[in-house]
Amino acid sequence: MIEIDATDRAILRAMAEDAGQGAGAIGRALGLSQPAAWRRIRRLEEAGVIAGRRVVADRAALGFGVTVFLGVKLATKGRPSLEDFERAAQAIPEVQVVQHVLGLFDYRLRVVARDIADFERILRRRIMTLPGVGQVEANVLLSEEARPGPLGFG
Amino acid sequence: MQIDDTDRRILRHHLADPEMAGAELARRAGVTAATAWRRIERMRAAGILGPVRAVIDWRALGWEVEVSLRFTLDKTHPRAFDDFIAAAREVPEVTSIETFLGRVDVRLTVIARDMAHYAQVYRDRILRLPHIADTEALMLVATIRDEGALPL
Repeated sequence: MIEIDATDRAILRAMAEDAGQGAGAIGRALGLSQPAAWRRIRRLEEAGVIAGRRVVADRAALGFGVTVFLGVKLATKGRPSLEDFERAAQAIPEVQVVQHVLGLFDYRLRVVARDIADFERILRRRIMTLPGVGQVEANVLLSEEARPGPLGFG
Repeated sequence: MQIDDTDRRILRHHLADPEMAGAELARRAGVTAATAWRRIERMRAAGILGPVRAVIDWRALGWEVEVSLRFTLDKTHPRAFDDFIAAAREVPEVTSIETFLGRVDVRLTVIARDMAHYAQVYRDRILRLPHIADTEALMLVATIRDEGALPL
Protein backbone atom coordinates (compact mmCIF):
# COMPACT_ATOMS: atom_id res chain seq x y z
CA MET A 1 0.00 0.00 0.00
CA ILE A 2 1.38 3.43 -0.93
CA GLU A 3 1.01 6.70 0.90
CA ILE A 4 -0.63 9.44 -1.13
CA ASP A 5 -0.88 13.15 -0.40
CA ALA A 6 -3.47 15.81 -1.23
CA THR A 7 -1.91 16.42 -4.67
CA ASP A 8 -2.11 12.71 -5.54
CA ARG A 9 -5.74 12.71 -4.45
CA ALA A 10 -6.47 15.67 -6.71
CA ILE A 11 -4.76 13.87 -9.61
CA LEU A 12 -6.82 10.73 -8.99
CA ARG A 13 -9.99 12.77 -8.81
CA ALA A 14 -9.18 14.48 -12.12
CA MET A 15 -8.30 11.19 -13.82
CA ALA A 16 -11.41 9.42 -12.52
CA GLU A 17 -13.38 12.17 -14.30
CA ASP A 18 -11.33 12.37 -17.49
CA ALA A 19 -8.10 10.43 -17.96
CA GLY A 20 -7.94 11.48 -21.60
CA GLN A 21 -6.43 14.83 -20.62
CA GLY A 22 -2.65 14.62 -20.58
CA ALA A 23 -0.26 15.09 -17.69
CA GLY A 24 0.26 18.67 -18.92
CA ALA A 25 -3.41 19.62 -18.50
CA ILE A 26 -3.73 17.83 -15.17
CA GLY A 27 -0.54 19.49 -13.90
CA ARG A 28 -1.65 22.96 -15.01
CA ALA A 29 -4.92 22.66 -13.12
CA LEU A 30 -2.96 21.80 -9.95
CA GLY A 31 0.01 24.14 -10.37
CA LEU A 32 2.44 21.33 -11.25
CA SER A 33 4.83 21.11 -14.19
CA GLN A 34 4.06 18.49 -16.84
CA PRO A 35 7.02 16.26 -15.78
CA ALA A 36 6.04 16.49 -12.10
CA ALA A 37 2.42 15.51 -12.88
CA TRP A 38 3.63 12.73 -15.18
CA ARG A 39 5.91 11.28 -12.46
CA ARG A 40 3.05 11.22 -9.97
CA ILE A 41 0.66 9.56 -12.43
CA ARG A 42 3.36 7.02 -13.25
CA ARG A 43 3.85 6.23 -9.56
CA LEU A 44 0.09 5.75 -9.02
CA GLU A 45 -0.03 3.41 -12.01
CA GLU A 46 2.97 1.39 -10.86
CA ALA A 47 1.44 0.98 -7.38
CA GLY A 48 -1.74 -0.34 -9.01
CA VAL A 49 -3.86 2.52 -7.66
CA ILE A 50 -4.80 3.40 -11.23
CA ALA A 51 -5.82 -0.07 -12.31
CA GLY A 52 -6.77 0.79 -15.88
CA ARG A 53 -8.92 2.96 -18.09
CA ARG A 54 -12.59 2.69 -18.99
CA VAL A 55 -14.43 4.46 -21.80
CA VAL A 56 -17.82 5.88 -20.89
CA ALA A 57 -20.03 4.74 -23.78
CA ASP A 58 -23.70 5.38 -24.51
CA ARG A 59 -24.76 1.74 -24.42
CA ALA A 60 -28.29 2.48 -25.64
CA ALA A 61 -26.94 4.30 -28.72
CA LEU A 62 -24.81 1.24 -29.45
CA GLY A 63 -27.86 -1.01 -29.35
CA PHE A 64 -27.65 -2.27 -25.77
CA GLY A 65 -30.71 -0.76 -24.18
CA VAL A 66 -30.86 -3.02 -21.15
CA THR A 67 -28.39 -3.67 -18.32
CA VAL A 68 -29.37 -6.19 -15.68
CA PHE A 69 -27.70 -7.18 -12.42
CA LEU A 70 -28.21 -10.79 -11.44
CA GLY A 71 -27.83 -12.26 -7.99
CA VAL A 72 -27.00 -15.94 -8.41
CA LYS A 73 -27.12 -18.60 -5.75
CA LEU A 74 -25.42 -21.88 -6.49
CA ALA A 75 -27.58 -24.98 -6.05
CA THR A 76 -27.10 -26.77 -2.76
CA LYS A 77 -27.63 -30.15 -4.38
CA GLY A 78 -24.50 -31.94 -5.50
CA ARG A 79 -21.23 -30.16 -4.94
CA PRO A 80 -21.16 -27.12 -7.21
CA SER A 81 -17.67 -26.16 -8.30
CA LEU A 82 -16.94 -22.45 -8.07
CA GLU A 83 -14.26 -22.76 -10.76
CA ASP A 84 -16.68 -24.36 -13.23
CA PHE A 85 -19.29 -21.69 -12.62
CA GLU A 86 -16.79 -18.84 -12.91
CA ARG A 87 -15.19 -20.20 -16.07
CA ALA A 88 -18.56 -20.64 -17.79
CA ALA A 89 -19.96 -17.28 -16.62
CA GLN A 90 -16.91 -15.40 -17.90
CA ALA A 91 -17.28 -17.02 -21.31
CA ILE A 92 -20.69 -15.42 -21.91
CA PRO A 93 -20.07 -12.34 -24.08
CA GLU A 94 -22.99 -10.40 -22.56
CA VAL A 95 -21.62 -10.83 -19.02
CA GLN A 96 -19.42 -7.80 -18.23
CA VAL A 97 -18.88 -8.36 -14.53
CA VAL A 98 -18.59 -11.49 -12.38
CA GLN A 99 -18.11 -10.99 -8.66
CA HIS A 100 -17.88 -13.63 -5.96
CA VAL A 101 -19.81 -12.33 -2.93
CA LEU A 102 -20.89 -13.40 0.54
CA GLY A 103 -24.47 -12.97 1.66
CA LEU A 104 -27.85 -13.75 0.18
CA PHE A 105 -26.18 -14.72 -3.12
CA ASP A 106 -22.91 -16.32 -4.14
CA TYR A 107 -22.29 -14.28 -7.30
CA ARG A 108 -23.20 -10.93 -8.81
CA LEU A 109 -23.30 -10.68 -12.59
CA ARG A 110 -23.69 -7.61 -14.75
CA VAL A 111 -25.34 -8.48 -18.06
CA VAL A 112 -25.95 -6.26 -21.10
CA ALA A 113 -28.70 -7.03 -23.61
CA ARG A 114 -30.25 -5.39 -26.66
CA ASP A 115 -33.74 -5.34 -25.10
CA ILE A 116 -35.86 -7.29 -22.64
CA ALA A 117 -36.57 -10.05 -25.17
CA ASP A 118 -32.83 -10.41 -25.77
CA PHE A 119 -32.26 -10.50 -22.01
CA GLU A 120 -34.81 -13.29 -21.65
CA ARG A 121 -32.96 -15.28 -24.30
CA ILE A 122 -29.62 -14.79 -22.48
CA LEU A 123 -31.22 -15.70 -19.15
CA ARG A 124 -32.79 -18.89 -20.44
CA ARG A 125 -30.10 -20.15 -22.76
CA ARG A 126 -26.92 -18.92 -21.07
CA ILE A 127 -27.50 -18.13 -17.40
CA MET A 128 -29.95 -20.85 -16.35
CA THR A 129 -27.69 -23.44 -18.00
CA LEU A 130 -24.55 -22.41 -16.06
CA PRO A 131 -23.03 -25.28 -14.05
CA GLY A 132 -24.35 -25.35 -10.49
CA VAL A 133 -26.75 -22.43 -10.94
CA GLY A 134 -29.57 -22.27 -8.39
CA GLN A 135 -31.79 -19.34 -7.53
CA VAL A 136 -31.42 -16.22 -9.73
CA GLU A 137 -32.71 -12.72 -9.02
CA ALA A 138 -32.74 -10.02 -11.70
CA ASN A 139 -32.84 -6.25 -11.24
CA VAL A 140 -32.93 -3.96 -14.29
CA LEU A 141 -30.53 -1.01 -14.03
CA LEU A 142 -32.28 2.37 -14.38
CA SER A 143 -29.43 4.75 -13.55
CA GLU A 144 -25.87 4.65 -12.32
CA GLU A 145 -23.67 7.32 -10.84
CA ALA A 146 -19.97 6.95 -10.09
CA ARG A 147 -18.91 8.85 -6.97
CA PRO A 148 -15.39 10.08 -6.18
CA GLY A 149 -15.51 8.12 -2.92
CA PRO A 150 -13.10 9.19 -0.17
CA LEU A 151 -11.10 11.21 -2.76
CA GLY A 152 -13.82 13.82 -2.98
CA PHE A 153 -13.68 14.65 0.70
CA GLY A 154 -10.43 16.41 1.67
CA MET B 1 -26.01 8.95 -35.89
CA GLN B 2 -25.91 5.38 -37.22
CA ILE B 3 -22.88 3.22 -36.56
CA ASP B 4 -21.71 0.68 -39.13
CA ASP B 5 -19.61 -2.48 -39.04
CA THR B 6 -16.34 -0.53 -39.26
CA ASP B 7 -17.33 1.51 -36.19
CA ARG B 8 -18.27 -1.69 -34.39
CA ARG B 9 -14.91 -3.33 -35.18
CA ILE B 10 -13.07 -0.26 -33.87
CA LEU B 11 -15.28 -0.05 -30.77
CA ARG B 12 -14.83 -3.71 -29.90
CA HIS B 13 -11.09 -3.11 -29.39
CA HIS B 14 -11.31 0.45 -28.10
CA LEU B 15 -13.84 -0.40 -25.35
CA ALA B 16 -11.93 -3.54 -24.32
CA ASP B 17 -8.65 -1.61 -24.03
CA PRO B 18 -8.88 2.20 -24.20
CA GLU B 19 -5.12 2.50 -23.73
CA MET B 20 -4.35 0.63 -26.95
CA ALA B 21 -2.31 2.90 -29.23
CA GLY B 22 -4.00 4.21 -32.38
CA ALA B 23 -1.80 2.22 -34.78
CA GLU B 24 -2.46 -1.07 -32.98
CA LEU B 25 -6.18 -0.35 -32.72
CA ALA B 26 -6.29 0.37 -36.48
CA ARG B 27 -4.37 -2.80 -37.30
CA ARG B 28 -6.70 -4.99 -35.23
CA ALA B 29 -9.82 -3.35 -36.64
CA GLY B 30 -8.42 -3.71 -40.18
CA VAL B 31 -8.54 0.00 -41.03
CA THR B 32 -5.96 2.78 -41.48
CA ALA B 33 -4.91 4.80 -38.44
CA ALA B 34 -6.53 7.89 -39.98
CA THR B 35 -9.86 6.08 -40.35
CA ALA B 36 -9.76 4.75 -36.78
CA TRP B 37 -9.01 8.23 -35.44
CA ARG B 38 -11.72 9.88 -37.58
CA ARG B 39 -14.35 7.31 -36.60
CA ILE B 40 -13.59 7.66 -32.88
CA GLU B 41 -13.71 11.45 -33.12
CA ARG B 42 -17.06 11.22 -34.94
CA MET B 43 -18.52 8.96 -32.21
CA ARG B 44 -17.19 11.34 -29.55
CA ALA B 45 -18.79 14.31 -31.28
CA ALA B 46 -22.11 12.41 -31.47
CA GLY B 47 -21.93 11.65 -27.73
CA ILE B 48 -21.75 7.89 -28.25
CA LEU B 49 -18.31 7.90 -26.68
CA GLY B 50 -17.76 9.93 -23.53
CA PRO B 51 -14.60 10.56 -21.54
CA VAL B 52 -12.02 7.89 -20.71
CA ARG B 53 -11.96 7.42 -16.95
CA ALA B 54 -9.24 6.02 -14.71
CA VAL B 55 -10.33 2.95 -12.74
CA ILE B 56 -9.18 3.26 -9.13
CA ASP B 57 -8.26 0.15 -7.17
CA TRP B 58 -9.27 1.07 -3.64
CA ARG B 59 -7.57 -1.99 -2.19
CA ALA B 60 -4.22 -0.62 -3.40
CA LEU B 61 -4.96 2.45 -1.26
CA GLY B 62 -5.69 0.38 1.82
CA TRP B 63 -9.50 0.23 1.52
CA GLU B 64 -9.76 -3.51 2.05
CA VAL B 65 -13.52 -3.95 2.39
CA GLU B 66 -16.12 -3.50 -0.36
CA VAL B 67 -19.80 -4.15 0.24
CA SER B 68 -22.71 -4.01 -2.14
CA LEU B 69 -25.65 -2.68 -0.10
CA ARG B 70 -29.08 -3.25 -1.58
CA PHE B 71 -31.99 -1.14 -0.37
CA THR B 72 -35.74 -1.26 -0.60
CA LEU B 73 -37.14 2.20 0.06
CA ASP B 74 -40.38 3.29 1.68
CA LYS B 75 -42.15 4.31 -1.53
CA THR B 76 -45.19 5.66 0.27
CA HIS B 77 -42.99 8.73 0.65
CA PRO B 78 -43.01 10.66 -2.66
CA ARG B 79 -39.45 11.94 -2.27
CA ALA B 80 -37.97 8.65 -1.06
CA PHE B 81 -35.57 8.22 -4.01
CA ASP B 82 -34.48 11.88 -4.19
CA ASP B 83 -33.88 12.21 -0.45
CA PHE B 84 -32.08 8.90 -0.17
CA ILE B 85 -29.77 9.57 -3.14
CA ALA B 86 -28.98 13.14 -2.04
CA ALA B 87 -28.02 11.89 1.43
CA ALA B 88 -25.98 8.96 0.02
CA ARG B 89 -23.92 11.43 -2.05
CA GLU B 90 -22.74 13.00 1.21
CA VAL B 91 -21.20 9.73 2.46
CA PRO B 92 -17.48 9.65 1.47
CA GLU B 93 -17.31 5.85 1.57
CA VAL B 94 -19.97 5.48 -1.16
CA THR B 95 -18.28 4.91 -4.54
CA SER B 96 -21.37 4.30 -6.70
CA ILE B 97 -25.13 4.77 -6.62
CA GLU B 98 -27.41 2.71 -8.86
CA THR B 99 -31.19 2.61 -9.16
CA PHE B 100 -33.16 -0.44 -10.29
CA LEU B 101 -36.44 -1.80 -11.43
CA GLY B 102 -37.04 -4.98 -9.46
CA ARG B 103 -37.03 -6.14 -5.87
CA VAL B 104 -34.08 -3.81 -5.16
CA ASP B 105 -34.66 -0.04 -5.46
CA VAL B 106 -31.16 1.34 -4.92
CA ARG B 107 -27.72 -0.16 -4.58
CA LEU B 108 -24.72 1.53 -3.01
CA THR B 109 -21.14 0.38 -3.26
CA VAL B 110 -19.53 1.13 0.11
CA ILE B 111 -15.81 0.79 0.86
CA ALA B 112 -14.02 0.74 4.21
CA ARG B 113 -10.49 0.33 5.53
CA ASP B 114 -11.34 -2.83 7.49
CA MET B 115 -14.33 -4.59 9.08
CA ALA B 116 -14.31 -2.41 12.20
CA HIS B 117 -14.36 0.70 10.02
CA TYR B 118 -17.14 -0.81 7.90
CA ALA B 119 -19.24 -1.52 11.00
CA GLN B 120 -18.82 2.10 12.02
CA VAL B 121 -19.73 3.51 8.57
CA TYR B 122 -22.73 1.18 8.39
CA ARG B 123 -24.05 2.18 11.80
CA ASP B 124 -23.24 5.89 11.76
CA ARG B 125 -23.80 6.81 8.11
CA ILE B 126 -25.70 4.16 6.17
CA LEU B 127 -28.48 3.26 8.60
CA ARG B 128 -29.19 6.98 9.03
CA LEU B 129 -30.03 7.44 5.34
CA PRO B 130 -33.70 8.42 4.91
CA HIS B 131 -36.66 6.24 3.91
CA ILE B 132 -35.00 2.81 4.18
CA ALA B 133 -37.61 0.02 4.33
CA ASP B 134 -35.17 -2.88 4.10
CA THR B 135 -31.50 -3.48 3.37
CA GLU B 136 -29.22 -6.43 2.73
CA ALA B 137 -25.50 -6.69 2.19
CA LEU B 138 -23.31 -8.62 -0.23
CA MET B 139 -19.68 -8.57 0.78
CA LEU B 140 -17.21 -8.70 -2.10
CA VAL B 141 -14.86 -11.67 -1.97
CA ALA B 142 -13.28 -11.32 -5.41
CA THR B 143 -13.90 -9.70 -8.77
CA ILE B 144 -13.46 -12.47 -11.32
CA ARG B 145 -14.19 -10.34 -14.36
CA ASP B 146 -14.80 -6.63 -14.91
CA GLU B 147 -14.95 -5.65 -18.56
CA GLY B 148 -16.00 -2.50 -20.33
CA ALA B 149 -16.37 -4.31 -23.67
CA LEU B 150 -19.78 -4.78 -25.30
CA PRO B 151 -20.63 -7.85 -27.43
CA LEU B 152 -20.81 -5.71 -30.60
